[in-house]
Amino acid sequence: MMPLVFGREGEELEIVSIETGKGAASRLQEMGIYPGVKVRVISNSWGPMIIGIGSSRIALGRGLASKVVCKTKY
Amino acid sequence: MEEKMLRIALIGNPNSGKSTVFNALTGGNAHVGNWPGVTVEKKEGRFKYKNFNVLVTDLPGTYSLTAYSIDERIARDFIIKEKLDAIVCIADATNLTRNLYLLVLLRELGAKTILDLNMSDLIEGKIRIDIQKIEELLGIPVVMTSATRGIGIEKLKEEIIRAKDFQSEELHIEYGNDIEEEIKKIELGLKDFPFPYSKRFIALKLLEGDPQIIDEVKKVGFEKAIETANLAVVNLESKFGYDLESEIVEIRYGFIESVVKQCVKRIATVEEKLSTSDKIDRVVTNRFLGIPIFAFFMWITFELTFKLGGFFAGYIDTFFGWLGDFIENYLSRVGSSHILLSFMKDGIINGVGTVFIFLPNILILFMFLSFLEDVGYMARVAFVMDKAMHAIGLPGRSFIPMILGFGCNVPAIMSTRTIPEERDRLLTILINPFMSCTARLPVYVLFTSVFFSKNQGLIIFSLYALGIFIAIISAKLFRITIPSLKGKISPLVMELPPYRLPTIKGVLIHTWERSRAFLKKAGTIIFAGVVVIWLLASLPFSQEYASEGTIIGQIGKIIAPILKPAGFPYWQVGVALIFGIIAKEVVIGTLGTLFGGEENLPNVLSKLFTPLSSYSFMVMTLLYIPCIASIATIKRETNWKWTILGVSYSLLIGWILSIVFYQIGRIFGR
Repeated sequence: MMPLVFGREGEELEIVSIETGKGAASRLQEMGIYPGVKVRVISNSWGPMIIGIGSSRIALGRGLASKVVCKTKY
Repeated sequence: MEEKMLRIALIGNPNSGKSTVFNALTGGNAHVGNWPGVTVEKKEGRFKYKNFNVLVTDLPGTYSLTAYSIDERIARDFIIKEKLDAIVCIADATNLTRNLYLLVLLRELGAKTILDLNMSDLIEGKIRIDIQKIEELLGIPVVMTSATRGIGIEKLKEEIIRAKDFQSEELHIEYGNDIEEEIKKIELGLKDFPFPYSKRFIALKLLEGDPQIIDEVKKVGFEKAIETANLAVVNLESKFGYDLESEIVEIRYGFIESVVKQCVKRIATVEEKLSTSDKIDRVVTNRFLGIPIFAFFMWITFELTFKLGGFFAGYIDTFFGWLGDFIENYLSRVGSSHILLSFMKDGIINGVGTVFIFLPNILILFMFLSFLEDVGYMARVAFVMDKAMHAIGLPGRSFIPMILGFGCNVPAIMSTRTIPEERDRLLTILINPFMSCTARLPVYVLFTSVFFSKNQGLIIFSLYALGIFIAIISAKLFRITIPSLKGKISPLVMELPPYRLPTIKGVLIHTWERSRAFLKKAGTIIFAGVVVIWLLASLPFSQEYASEGTIIGQIGKIIAPILKPAGFPYWQVGVALIFGIIAKEVVIGTLGTLFGGEENLPNVLSKLFTPLSSYSFMVMTLLYIPCIASIATIKRETNWKWTILGVSYSLLIGWILSIVFYQIGRIFGR
């Protein structure tokens, strides 16, 4: 288990939980970042990170990404 | 045969191709864009099918029925409050799970919904979707379309017509015994609740703690139900240790995943390679290249805007000059009164004409920005600038409105509607008038050409920079001092649409939609302002237009001493600044009139102003008040309280700063 923000580019991760305040958590969930979903780290070097869920790409501030807990697939 | 009217609405996630479906249905002129939340204005179109005349409303993109931004609120209120014959929920077939979330909410609400699985061409050969199975599981008609290719649109029309006769029960997802029990209790308390849809939906929303639904329920006097819900939340959360809101969302997703599992078959393993968009993003959002690339695009945009715009503006100026002369000749020939003549020429033609001169600049600027937006680049700008913007106390999304402000503050202020957090949006609106719009440029150009002919570019640049600086400082100041603007900057979460090659038609339509807002102002607010100022400058009619003896001349005389510490204690300048409220460039025209013609202006100015006082005058022009059109827009987007705050703040800051520049400059003896 680790925060999403530590994900390496190209890595596939599964979201485990979202540990932000209420409003932000449900927003993320509605945008498709919910426990159990598999995401791919598209870019994560500086500033916000980009994750891919299927064909959609979501930009996520680092502060928020550090509160999303995920695990590697294996 | 008699035609029957139907009303429907299109709803869907941002980037689900909603606008494209709208265009395919109505064959019409709606914008095709791919910036999340681009459909800001309510867009309507019609189509005829068989014996029906169908009115289609395109709603802003939304992920759910909880309203975070104004856009989403528009969408939700429309669905809940309007009586619609059908709602078409457009879902991106390539990203089914997330897109079905909105559909499930609509179904829980009990709205009459048709599911349109769009972008079906993109899944061909990769996955197969069992339409009948989805229809069965969700209890609604499902259509596959590829709106870009016009596939499936006839079928969709057919289903829309059929939907009027079809009754759909609301969807009932099982939330488990404990939650279900609480839902029932709350429903009991909502017995006579005036709501055309499912009460269960309201109960669920209360459990999820949707602030706006709670407000609405409170308004009609069902506090009891809210209490029951609050108690239930505390009970459930302490008993199970979960966050109830998240739990409900997760159960919904669980339901959706089971639907998707039963209906979707993967034919080929979907390749997980980086798409072309991802590769472009590697460069465009790169740590070192991101901001320089953006700066380059902006530089090209502004170069061309001012070069091309200036070219056309000259012709428009000539045209209005000619029109003024023509009307003057005509009216004096038919022997109309002196007052009517002055009203037409000094009031209407001069006033409205000066505003129209900026139309080419605005059109060209918006054409470029629309192009960048349609390509998908604008979402990346918010991304690239997020970090830098945080440093100045605003989210990345506030950056686009600030950039647009260099063109015209009116559409810039309107574009803040996509900012989700209300306090961020208010801040972005309040500081926008400090971004130096094109209307202020002629004032700089005239004064710098007289007083700073060697460093003209540098001086003008310093004014733009000063505007940005004041905007940043003000944002910080407002954030610290005004209680309702306090709080953290909202974190960035936004979808990046894939890059697309925009169509010329799309860009032109989008350009027009944005410029129209400006033109509309010219026709209404600005026109009214022109009339008022003309009256002030004419009364009493015995005096010469805008001379010392008129009301405006008297006001100018009152203002003059106030302007003294800033270095320009002339009543004519006071009058010019009042006229500048119509549009800042009117300052020049007024000075021209009052000092005996624009040709003499450089001569007169060089006697009345020093380089120092001319600079403090330009600072004043930059900051002192937003123009009438901007004020009206701020009012429309906020309320009187914020409008008055914004106007008085800028009056104060303009006055103080021009004094500061003048007085400090004098110490250094220039």
